[in-house]
Amino acid sequence: MASNGIRDRVAIVGMGCTKFAEHWDKSTSDLLVDATKEATASAGVEVKDIDAFWLGTLFSGQSGLTLSRPLKIDYKPVSRLENYCATGSEAFRNACYAVASGAYDMAMAIGVEKLKDSGFSGLPNSNSVGDGTRAGLTAPATFSLLAPAYGKKYGVSDEQLKEVMTRIAWKNHKNGALNPRAQFRKEVPKDTISCSPLVAGALGIFDCSGVSDGSAAAIIVRAEDAHRYTDKPLFVKALSFVAGPAAGPIDPDYDYTTFQEVVASAADAYAQAGIKDPRQELAMAEVHDCFTPTELVLMEDLGFASRGTGWKEVLAGTFDLEGELAVNPDGGLKSFGHPIGASGLRMLFECWLQLRGEAGKRQIASVARGRKLALTHNLGGAPGECVSFVSVVGSERS
Amino acid sequence: MRGLLAYGVYLPYSRLERKSIADALGAPAGSGTRAVASYDEDTTSMGVEAARSALRGTTAVPELLYFATSDPAYLDKTNANAIHAALDLPPSTMAIDVAGSVRSAAGALRAAVDARGPALAVLSDVRSGLPGGGDERDGGDAAAAFLFGEGDLLAEPIGHASLTAEFLDRWRVPGESYSRQWEERFGEFAYVPLGEGALVEALKHAGITAPEVDHLIVAGPHGRSNKRVAASAGVRKESLVDDRTSVVGNTGAAHAGLLLADVLDRAQPDQVIAVVSLADGADVTIWRTTAAMRARGGRTTVAAQLTSPGRVSYATFLTWRGVIRREPPRRPDPQAPDAPAAARAEAWKYAFIGSRCQACGARHVPPQRVCVKCHAIDRMTPEPMRDVPAAIATFTVDRLAYSMSPPVVVAVVDFEGGGRFQCEMTDVDPGKVKLGDRVELTFRRLYTANGIHNYFWKARPIRGGQ
Repeated sequence: MASNGIRDRVAIVGMGCTKFAEHWDKSTSDLLVDATKEATASAGVEVKDIDAFWLGTLFSGQSGLTLSRPLKIDYKPVSRLENYCATGSEAFRNACYAVASGAYDMAMAIGVEKLKDSGFSGLPNSNSVGDGTRAGLTAPATFSLLAPAYGKKYGVSDEQLKEVMTRIAWKNHKNGALNPRAQFRKEVPKDTISCSPLVAGALGIFDCSGVSDGSAAAIIVRAEDAHRYTDKPLFVKALSFVAGPAAGPIDPDYDYTTFQEVVASAADAYAQAGIKDPRQELAMAEVHDCFTPTELVLMEDLGFASRGTGWKEVLAGTFDLEGELAVNPDGGLKSFGHPIGASGLRMLFECWLQLRGEAGKRQIASVARGRKLALTHNLGGAPGECVSFVSVVGSERS
Repeated sequence: MRGLLAYGVYLPYSRLERKSIADALGAPAGSGTRAVASYDEDTTSMGVEAARSALRGTTAVPELLYFATSDPAYLDKTNANAIHAALDLPPSTMAIDVAGSVRSAAGALRAAVDARGPALAVLSDVRSGLPGGGDERDGGDAAAAFLFGEGDLLAEPIGHASLTAEFLDRWRVPGESYSRQWEERFGEFAYVPLGEGALVEALKHAGITAPEVDHLIVAGPHGRSNKRVAASAGVRKESLVDDRTSVVGNTGAAHAGLLLADVLDRAQPDQVIAVVSLADGADVTIWRTTAAMRARGGRTTVAAQLTSPGRVSYATFLTWRGVIRREPPRRPDPQAPDAPAAARAEAWKYAFIGSRCQACGARHVPPQRVCVKCHAIDRMTPEPMRDVPAAIATFTVDRLAYSMSPPVVVAVVDFEGGGRFQCEMTDVDPGKVKLGDRVELTFRRLYTANGIHNYFWKARPIRGGQ
């Protein structure tokens, strides 16, 4: 038994990503058509050339018809799936495996979410409450549990922790300000972030990702066919997805300072990609910064900083756009926005731009110096009970 | 000989200063406080708490459960069943509501005293009235529970008498929120002779005289009549019992029970207690305490519960009672639990029974089939957890989640001896919660959706004296 991976067996040859925004004037179908148009155009193909489709959405539609109806797909396989906030990544993973297996020559992974139509603050509820005994925590409340636990374990004061969280939000807004597709395109002063109204625990409004509408898509072919579509394909080095036992809320040994699911998926992905030192080998990482303490903990879980030091590295600027390892150069969930089903593919879209040298004002310098690998990380659930996805893509076949 | 085996009382955490009603409405409102059931409490949930207190430390298992209230959470569905479930009583125990009027309580007590086998009477009430009125000001919320049977008795009934008469003092037609009352002096005219007459009969039945009464309790919705009957009873002055209305208010169906428990908390062995209940008639029971009184203890006394630090503003009180409808957050409305799912989870949802792995000993809250520690499958036994204290491992204040009383405080609590659970906290100041604080479980009504009450447990800071 092993997780063997499909290193360098498939490649991304075209991508599309809508602006993430409050798209009051666009439906779910419009967003799907927009992302598909851009992705197919970038690969130089048409929808009829695609053999199979994977659609990721949590709230915005069920069944393959959600995609086949607006695109008028002629009798081809379309799978609709969800895996919480890692839904877009899960669509990508399944499309990659389908092509790697030889079942199809060309597949499209597409994610979409239309959150703003609900009229709610935050996310809608998805499931029946069953027996009515689960505490109805909102997402910011569950992730706010990380901050005091981290502070207590590593001796970081509440004030220092707030400064760290503020800097993460400030950095991601600064990056997003350079991104024409981001939901929030403004730098935000640190004072504004740290003084924003509290939502849950120590989390203010500016510690939370944007609720938005959007869609993103990728066209996937076998690696050996990639250059028929583009000079600069991205080769898939690693795909790892894990679901944990959801032990955190019932196991006193869990201390709310780590996502064990992320540690496991990162180790698997690094093994598949042959990465020994991610901080030295990666050009960039797009990580699931749903709330600022999440990004802090992820720096340690993904091996970018050793345990208990992530907060210092954040303050030192290690993960800034110009830092040693750029994290969330496109603005992240924080300022790019978080339409659930689209987010995983949006992260890949930034890798696509950066590794191809097409990121404009956000272009990361280390790519020109020869770094050729990028990582995406997506998680869904809550601390102690989540699913986690890590992918590594590269601009060269090794 | 049948008699009283155990008792318990529950007073809610919050008090409303009567002065705050006057401040808000500009009307005279008197002094002192009244007890206020929280937004997440009702007569059923408070009844559970009183009954838990009564049964703590006893071995007798009730074969009958009577639940009396003037304010039932449901009609056409027996509220006593939720109490039965929360106490984890056997299915063979019959649970019955005696609901609708304050006199229901006297009936439940009488039926439990006279039953065969151990019988539990749970008396609970939430009293409200129109803003600015006497019922709102002078009412109070509380629950009391009494277990009767044979064995080591705390007190024996030595005499009783009842008088019934049809007259209109207080009433409420179904569907209305507040009661109405005839002129106060008419009530006095009707009640006083009934009370005096029943007391004389009961004393005669017990074979004692009024001066031999060590504690006289007169309780009922009609305050003036209570005072008149007490004054004319002929008991020694020091035998008149403080009716606690200055702190708690008049707690309706719970009140005679509340005062009896208060007296039992401090009574000496071989004392005589007369309980006169004036509600649509007069019901009197004379009790004599036994030597077993010396061994009572372990429960929270009424006196200890009187001095609660909880205070609610008048605006909050009106919100909790549904008089003021506040702007909800932009969040989905709470959803009603599914009846089959709730029924399947009865032991968990109502009695907070988790599971323990027989392979490695790990506790699971809620119960699991596969062990989180050793992954053994179906090696679990039920593990009652509702009386196990816990400590706060971490917590957060959720300002976005829907609540009748935001913000929601949610804590991850680790139980003494193992097991962890994530639940809402209640009766707590969000600014004062700390990691490591000790908590205990309390049965609450989380919310009501589509006319369905969602009962479950919350954690609260451990109350002093337990």
